Amino acid sequence: MTEWYGYLKMILDGAAVTAELTIMGSALALLMAFVAGLGRIAPWSPVRWLSSIYIEFFRGTSIFVQLFWVYFVLPFAGITLSPLLAGVLALGLNVGAYGAEVVRGAILAVPRDQSEASVALNFTRFQRMWYVILPQAVPLMLPTFGNNAIELLKATAVVSLISLTDMTFQAQVVRSQTGSTLFPFITILILYFIMALAISASVRGLERRMTRGLDGVR
Amino acid sequence: MVEPIIQIDKLDKSFGPLKVLDGLSFDVMPGEKLALIGPSGSGKTTILRILMTLETITAGHIKVCGEQLYHMQRSGHEVPADEPHLHKMRSHIGMVFQHFNLFPHKCVLDNITLAPMLTKGEVRAKAEQRAMELLEMVGLADKAKAMPAQLSGGQKQRVAIARALALKPRIMLFDEVTSALDPELVEEVLLVMKRLAAETDMTMLLVTHEMGFAHEFADRVLFFDKGRIVEQGSPDKIFRHPSHERTQSFLRKIIAAGHRV
Repeated sequence: MTEWYGYLKMILDGAAVTAELTIMGSALALLMAFVAGLGRIAPWSPVRWLSSIYIEFFRGTSIFVQLFWVYFVLPFAGITLSPLLAGVLALGLNVGAYGAEVVRGAILAVPRDQSEASVALNFTRFQRMWYVILPQAVPLMLPTFGNNAIELLKATAVVSLISLTDMTFQAQVVRSQTGSTLFPFITILILYFIMALAISASVRGLERRMTRGLDGVR
Repeated sequence: MVEPIIQIDKLDKSFGPLKVLDGLSFDVMPGEKLALIGPSGSGKTTILRILMTLETITAGHIKVCGEQLYHMQRSGHEVPADEPHLHKMRSHIGMVFQHFNLFPHKCVLDNITLAPMLTKGEVRAKAEQRAMELLEMVGLADKAKAMPAQLSGGQKQRVAIARALALKPRIMLFDEVTSALDPELVEEVLLVMKRLAAETDMTMLLVTHEMGFAHEFADRVLFFDKGRIVEQGSPDKIFRHPSHERTQSFLRKIIAAGHRV
């Protein structure tokens, strides 16, 4: 029994790595989503092109290949990253590319007359975006952001490729050491599910807070 | 001799191949209340939107408060206005929209105070005090903390009027402000506008289908058709003795549709 306890501990250590990757990767993804999403609708064409290239490239190639490049190929260019940093970078850039389209779509979904009202009230471009458009666009982004964060959580399983001991990696180790497939994989099944539930619950909470008072508007 | 507050000179506006305004010229004197009427598609709303810089112009010149709206001088040459110039010019002008365009995520009070605080750097206390006076004027002081979604259309439009007034513009544009309202809510909005016209010396341009209101409200009526002014004059002249055939047939249709003139 104590033996199983040790193995469980191993998997929980892996879960901590998975959680860390998910949280840091989501933070980077969120940042990239806004940078590239706003870039796509910027009034300057070079910014729009750069954003489009980023989005199409990271959506169009697989996270597996991107991770491989960040960790194994970048060192040839003189950039050596720790496995965790490489994992966060690959996950964040990949999911951020999907998020950017969500940001763009939500901003364009805010009715044009909101922007016209803020022109008539003589807001600057920044004030228009910050005080009028984004507060109405963010609630529209949240459900899809929740989806993306869960996708990112599940994508963390690929990091074992670059020697990170995440939850799935640890489950494999336990499996090979004990010969039991059931125990480690039921454990991580439950753990992934709990983490995903935590993400959905917090996104839904945020959504409720941000749409308070907006009932009946849309 | 007082200079016109708005001078429109040979203004052209096209949307693609469609010419909406065609060599349009007219002046507006300070304090004048102008009603712009005409069939839909005649370009009257486009004029308001151009004055509010919500559209660009194809050709021509507009002066507002003695300064070019869409042009500026740079080293002796006339160049298209840049954003800082437009920003400066917009401070003279306010607009009320057909669909109110209130900010749904802000309460009534914040809808009104946001612009003075952001664009004039007013402190909250001062902006709120002025907002409450304006809400008092439009009869909605008790709704200060309500969200826009909790208001009727007429109430929303009165808040929108208060919001535009908070910036103390010299020129106010009203774009079919009662067209989106249920008939029984039209009167409360018109009442506010009548008081406003009587109590202030603001210049007002009104695009409307409420001919009775235009008659009562305006110093001068412009009848538009196909991007040109067909006829203009005092409300009595336009509504009682229109001289142009197109004005006559337009007013006949309006009356047939049940509007009083």
